[in-house]
Amino acid sequence: MSVSLPALLSQLLLGLVNGSFYAMLSLGLAVIFGLLNVINFAHGALFMMGAVLTWMAMNYFEVNYWVMLVVAPVIVGLFGVLIERLLLRWIYKLDHLYGLLLTLGLTLLIEGLFRSVYGVSGLAYDTPDALSGAFNLGFMILPKYRAWVVVASLVVCVATWFLIEKTRIGAYLRAGTENPRLVEAFGVNVPLMITLTYGFGVALAAFAGVLAAPVIQVSPLMGQNLIIVVFAVVVIGGMGSIMGAILTGLGLGVVEGLTKVFYPEASSTVVFVIMVIVLLIRPAGLFGKEK
Amino acid sequence: MKHWISPIALACGLALAAGAAQAQDKVRIGFVTDMSSLYSDVEGKGGALAIQMAIDDFGGKVLGMPIELLTADHQNKADIAASKAREWIDTQNLTMLFGGTTSSTGLAMAKVAQEKKRVFMVNGAGTSALTNEQCSPYTVHYAYDTVALAKGTGGAVVDQGGKSWFFLTADYAFGTALEADTSKVVKEKGGTVVGSVKHPLNTSDFSSFLVQAQNSKAQILGLANAGGDTINAIKAAKEFGVTKTMKLAGLLVFVSDIHSLGLKNTEGLLLTTSWDWNLDDRTRAFGKKYFDKTKRMPTDLQAADYSATMTYLKAVEAAKSIDADKVMAQLKSMKIDDFYAKGTIRADGRFVHDMYLMQVKSPAESKQAWDYYKVVAKLPGEQVFTTKAESKCALWK
Repeated sequence: MSVSLPALLSQLLLGLVNGSFYAMLSLGLAVIFGLLNVINFAHGALFMMGAVLTWMAMNYFEVNYWVMLVVAPVIVGLFGVLIERLLLRWIYKLDHLYGLLLTLGLTLLIEGLFRSVYGVSGLAYDTPDALSGAFNLGFMILPKYRAWVVVASLVVCVATWFLIEKTRIGAYLRAGTENPRLVEAFGVNVPLMITLTYGFGVALAAFAGVLAAPVIQVSPLMGQNLIIVVFAVVVIGGMGSIMGAILTGLGLGVVEGLTKVFYPEASSTVVFVIMVIVLLIRPAGLFGKEK
Repeated sequence: MKHWISPIALACGLALAAGAAQAQDKVRIGFVTDMSSLYSDVEGKGGALAIQMAIDDFGGKVLGMPIELLTADHQNKADIAASKAREWIDTQNLTMLFGGTTSSTGLAMAKVAQEKKRVFMVNGAGTSALTNEQCSPYTVHYAYDTVALAKGTGGAVVDQGGKSWFFLTADYAFGTALEADTSKVVKEKGGTVVGSVKHPLNTSDFSSFLVQAQNSKAQILGLANAGGDTINAIKAAKEFGVTKTMKLAGLLVFVSDIHSLGLKNTEGLLLTTSWDWNLDDRTRAFGKKYFDKTKRMPTDLQAADYSATMTYLKAVEAAKSIDADKVMAQLKSMKIDDFYAKGTIRADGRFVHDMYLMQVKSPAESKQAWDYYKVVAKLPGEQVFTTKAESKCALWK
C-alpha cells in the first residue's frame, strides 16, 4: 500500500493527539506507582468520572467547559483522597496484587453505577465555542480542539515532571519513595504526602477525562477502552519513571496512528506487540531502572 | 478490562448451572446478548425486559408449564456465547435459544442449536449468512439482516446520486458482511467502491480512519458498523469536517444511537430499520408501555424481541409440543401479524416482513422526545431480503 507524504504527516499528528491522552494517563499511573507502589486500576474509571462530571455540570447546572477543566480534577482528586484514606491505606504492606484487585473492584463499582444511570451509548458533549472549527493545514483538516488537547496535555505533563524532578516538594516525594522512614524522621508528614500524591495522580486522570469529553462520546466505557493500552504504555516506559511515561505515551500514540494507515486491523494490538518485545529485551521497560 | 472479568464470570455461571435440575418441568428461554459493552443499549437488558414482558403478557405459562427466562452476557465473544448455549441446553434442558447482538456470536450459537436440535431465534445479529451460506433448519432470523440494510440504505443513497463509496467497516463477521452486501448493491446500480478501511470492534478514536476516508475523495462514507462504533464515527466525522465533503450513510443505526448523538449531529441521515415506535397506534402503544418501565423508547430490536417471543409461544401452543422440529414446522407455516411486523417465516428461516427507509428529522421537525424518524419509503419484504435467485441456502431450493 502506497501512502503519500501528506497523508503520513496527518496520521503522525493524529497519533500525537492520542499519544497526549496516553501520556497524561500513564503519567498519573507512574506517579502513583512510584510513591504508593499501587497499580491503580481505577485510573480509567476516574478518567471517565472526569468526563461525566463535565457533562453533568453542563447539562444540569450549565457550568461550562473551562470551569470544569479545573473543577472536575479537584472533585475527582478529593474522591481520590477519600479512596486513599479509607481503602488503599490498609493494603500498602501487602503484595501489589491486592492493590490491583482493590482498584479493579472500585472500577467495576464506579463503571457499573454510571452504566446503570446512563447506559453505554454515552452522552454527547459539544466542543466549546472558542475551540470549534478547524485549521486547514493544507495536507489535512486539524480541528482546533485536537490541537488544544496536545498543547494542554504537554503543558501539564512538563509541569508535573518539573514539579517532581526539580522542586523541593518533588525532592521530598522522591526521597519518600526511597526511604519513607528516614524522611519521616526529618519531620516530613509522609502519610499526608502519600494521600496528596494519590489525589494528584487521580486528578491528572480526571483532567484527561475533561479534555476527552468533546472528542469521544462521554460514556461509562470510555475509560475501560483506554486503560489497558495505558497500562501497556507504563510497562513499556518502565514503572515509576516520569519522563518515561510521557515520552512512551506520545511515542506509542504515533506508532498506533501509523498502524492505522498501514494495517488498521492491527491498530488495537500493536501496542501489546511492542510491550512483549520490550519486556523480552528490557524487562524493566525503556526508561526503567532494574532494581 | 473485559479480559479480566470473563473467566470469573464464566466460573460463576458454571457453578450456578451445576446445581440445576434436569427434568422438563419448565419451558426455558435462554437469551444471550451483549449486556455490558458497546451493543448493550441497542438490545441488552432492554431486550431481556421485552422478552419478559411478552412472557408475562402470554400468561407466564404454555402447555401448562411455567415459562422461565435465562439471560447471559456474551461480552461479544463467540466462544462464551456458544459455551453458554451448550451449557444451558445440557444442564437446564433449554427449550429455545434466543440470540442477541453481534453476528459472530449469532453464527456460533446457530451451530450449537442445530447440533442440539433447539429452536434458535435471533434479532440482534445482522449477518445474512445466518439464513444463507450457514442456514440451519432450526434458525429463525427475525428482525433484519445485512442484505436488507444494504438494499435499503445502499440502494436509496445510490438512487439519490451517491455513486462513489468509501466504507468504514467493523472488523468482524457483521461488518464484513455488511460491506460486501452493500458493495454488491452499489455496483449493481452503477456506483463504485473506491476504498474501505477496517477498524477493530469497539474503537473510540476514529480520527485516523476518517482522514483516510476524506483523502479517498468518495462522495459517500458508508458506516458498516453499529452501536458505540457508529456513534463515535459520526461524532468524529462532524469534528473533522468530513460531513462537509462527504455524505454519511449509516448502514445500521438504532434509535438509541440517534438519542445519544442528538438530532443536531445526525439530522438528514438515511437509515434502514425494521420498526419504529412512532409508526402507528399499535407501535405507539407498545412504545409507551415499554417507556413506562425503562424511561427509554424501545429500539427495533427490543420490539422484535417481544414479538419473536410471542410468536414462539404461540407456535408452541399451536404445535402442542416443545419439540424443536414440530415447533419449527409450526413457525414456518403460520402467519405473523402484530404491532411489530406482518409476514411469514421462509424455509431458510428468514422472517420476511417490510422494512422502512428512514431519514433523521431536523431538530425543528421533531415534535417530542424520541420523535426522530420520518418514513422515506416502505421497502417490501420480498424485495429487500435475499431473493430465491440470490440464496445459497440448501433448505430453500
